Amino acid sequence: MWPAEPKSTDYCRAAHRLGVPGRLEGVARKSETMAAKPRIIVVGGGLGGLWATLRIAEQGVPVDLFSLFPVKRSHSCCAQGGINAVLDVKGQDDSIWQHIVDTIKGGDYLADQPPIKNLCEEAPGLIRTYDRMGVTFSRTPEGIMDQRLFGGVKNKRTAFAGATTGQQLLYTVDEQVRYHESLGTVTKYEGWDFLSLVLDDNGVARGVTAMELSSSKVQAFKADAVIIATGGLALTYGRSTMSSNSTGAPAARVYQQGAKCANNEFIQFHPTGMPGHDKNRLMSEACRGEGGRIWVPRKKGDNRDPRDIPEEERFYFLEEWYPAYGNTVPRDVASRAICRAVRHMGLGLNGQDVVYLDLTHQPREFLERRLGGILEMYRTFAGEDPCERPMKIFPATHYSMGGIWVDFEKDSQTGAMARISPRNHATSVPGLYACGECDFAYHGANRLGANSLLSASFSGRVAGDSAVAYIKNLSRTGNGTPDSAYQSEQKRQEEINSGIMTCDGGENAFTLHHQLGDLMRECVFVERDNEGLDKALQGIKQLKERSRKISLDHKSNWGNQSLSWARQIQDMIVLAEVIAKGARLRDECRGSHYKAEFELKVPEGKFEGDPEYEKYKAKWKANNDKWLKHTIATHTENGPEISYKEVDISVLPPTKPRDYR
Amino acid sequence: MAEKFIHFKIKRQDGPNAYAYWEEFKMPYSPAHNVVSCLMYLREHPVNINGDRVEPVVWDSNCMEEVCGACSMIINGTPRQACSALIDELEQPITLEPMTKFPLIRDLMVDRSRMFEALMKIKAWIPVDGSWDIHRHAPLISPNEQSVRYIFSRCMTCGCCMEACPQFHPDSKFIGPAPIGQAKLHNSHPTGKFFKEDRLHVLMDEGGITDCGNAQNCIKVCPKDIPLTDAIGEIGRQTTMQWLRDMFVK
Repeated sequence: MWPAEPKSTDYCRAAHRLGVPGRLEGVARKSETMAAKPRIIVVGGGLGGLWATLRIAEQGVPVDLFSLFPVKRSHSCCAQGGINAVLDVKGQDDSIWQHIVDTIKGGDYLADQPPIKNLCEEAPGLIRTYDRMGVTFSRTPEGIMDQRLFGGVKNKRTAFAGATTGQQLLYTVDEQVRYHESLGTVTKYEGWDFLSLVLDDNGVARGVTAMELSSSKVQAFKADAVIIATGGLALTYGRSTMSSNSTGAPAARVYQQGAKCANNEFIQFHPTGMPGHDKNRLMSEACRGEGGRIWVPRKKGDNRDPRDIPEEERFYFLEEWYPAYGNTVPRDVASRAICRAVRHMGLGLNGQDVVYLDLTHQPREFLERRLGGILEMYRTFAGEDPCERPMKIFPATHYSMGGIWVDFEKDSQTGAMARISPRNHATSVPGLYACGECDFAYHGANRLGANSLLSASFSGRVAGDSAVAYIKNLSRTGNGTPDSAYQSEQKRQEEINSGIMTCDGGENAFTLHHQLGDLMRECVFVERDNEGLDKALQGIKQLKERSRKISLDHKSNWGNQSLSWARQIQDMIVLAEVIAKGARLRDECRGSHYKAEFELKVPEGKFEGDPEYEKYKAKWKANNDKWLKHTIATHTENGPEISYKEVDISVLPPTKPRDYR
Repeated sequence: MAEKFIHFKIKRQDGPNAYAYWEEFKMPYSPAHNVVSCLMYLREHPVNINGDRVEPVVWDSNCMEEVCGACSMIINGTPRQACSALIDELEQPITLEPMTKFPLIRDLMVDRSRMFEALMKIKAWIPVDGSWDIHRHAPLISPNEQSVRYIFSRCMTCGCCMEACPQFHPDSKFIGPAPIGQAKLHNSHPTGKFFKEDRLHVLMDEGGITDCGNAQNCIKVCPKDIPLTDAIGEIGRQTTMQWLRDMFVK
């Protein structure tokens, strides 16, 4: 609980409110400035934002929760396969240390390691908590939580609820937050678009401005700390596996206000997406975990029905190239292998960007029980039954490993992240925290399947605790931000809106989005080269110019969906530039970032001890000396300024390259 | 070959107090379109059948894979998710209307807050002392119990069942089928049942279970095939037992 009411008049002025809590409407009168409690704003109501909200509310601190839509509709509901935690219930002697090792190696060492230690150590406790909250986890006959196999690991470590695990976790935390809403500790602003931070003279976050989507009205809100939990940015690539609101715009907004971004060039391309018009719907990695096999016909242009192609004429390339892990290699490896088979060997089905993901050898009853939700989705959208015919898939833009840079405090005794510290998940803007997919932590250069629901939940919890720790310190000095700071930021945002509303430059915001997506998928995709990346940067510059000349077809303020989209496309272009610039400058291959020119090829059939392999290892070490660094992007008027920062590799220093053969 | 089109007839309304009107749109056909992908095309090319450039149609959508519940609307007379309404399976012209049981915002977009308020009313959560680890799991749950609970916990709060229910409308107090399904879900959990009485008392009150007219429309339109009528039956039995307990045990 909050220990005592703050007394500072400065502080009270800052927390003054009229009408709906949190709203700033006019100048403070003395009687209203008394006994105001500190409060925290959370932007984004997916798994990360809801966990942060829950933790803060539990400690008695009021939370204002902002979301574009009812939080229950957040993109976390699209996560399918499961959540990793070592419960060791399968007789495989699984261990937390192995989870740490898999996560660090899966990310190709490009993540600060102390927080990963906490992530994996606290995962089982988090799962137990979810269990108590009533998540409908799938069960074994004994009634305990079942676990399945996922990519990049050798043990069954993924807890799941059918094939809609994200939805089930999201709903459960949503329910817990609704309980706190019923107590009055949480106030939801659903249907509001976060526009900017309100910063005081010292650059400290003291609130936000947001736009009510129905009326296009802009308003400033006061807070003592702000947490941003706004998810991924895959819409920067046009079509992706993401929901249509996952634009990354809020992250771009705080970035342009001074929050540093890190490792944005590391975008996960999920190997098994269903190619589509409007989005590339995801077919969970659980398909491979449950025995799914990826293949193409051995013969180029073999147009036979897949069921008529005999076993020996099928090329199970993942199983041949990576016998140790087979179909459950990590996502970056699988996506590259698919591109190699299709684009370099010309083995795509009918010459197109498609390969088979085959589950037909598994019993229907088993598949329905373990993967029901996504099989239903495939049937709906592809019109074919995956129990009868192999699914058609191709890599699709999925997850952003990079994002807003966040700090952590290291516990010198344990070598892990300190249990509670105002530094954990703090961004480079004081008073601003970030959690969930929009931050850059935990996953390095490639995320392992089923680690995202874990990191979203865990980081939300940590960010909530950190923000509370931060405002406890803050209340001693007080928040002396004058109302004029809020009013001027609100005015600035209103002016941006009216600028867009009155602009007659002739550009269409939706067309710009398609063009941005086409450019990013062409030049900043699975396989990259510097020529293509230069082209991308050039193209992004042009799009940026054009995005200043958008004409809206919506002319009125009410229900004006084009206005918020116009602002979002401008922000997506900003992020695209950060992604492309980081990629252009990083001349190496690491995790999801691949440039053939700089590839260190593993000598085929050679393993440790072999002189050829040792030579390769020496080169790999030299490359790490040069490139095992976080890319840090700082916003300037002329685009991102890139610098590099050391990675904390104190838990598991890299001694040998990732090898999934 | 003549060029193929997709033909829409959309019920539009510029705001809650404006008049409603129909507007038609034709767009080029291509395979594998769904209603959301078409609306996306139309917002980029907002030209109606008369060739007039108009304000783009306003609608709600997010996940586009039928798990978030955002894009409910009435398509050719049936409330359903627009993202999974495939054009190739729909008769043309395709009519799109907003759901009628919720306050309208604009065009096809409505405000479903009443559903979320109902979830609060029936305490649709499992009581826990806190979100910290207590080093214990929940009580064991058999795979059969889990699979029944899972079916109900996939409710997306999309509102299709509420739209189809003749008893649920702006002037009625009926809580509607979806929250009753959630009451069943939470009453069936080993610790969730600690609030069972509270939930039942809400559903025994005005606007509760007795307002159900047994039209059974809810189950026909649920995009997730949730057996809502089973839940209504089950909660009906539970409230009867509760009524008896209230009479004799107190």
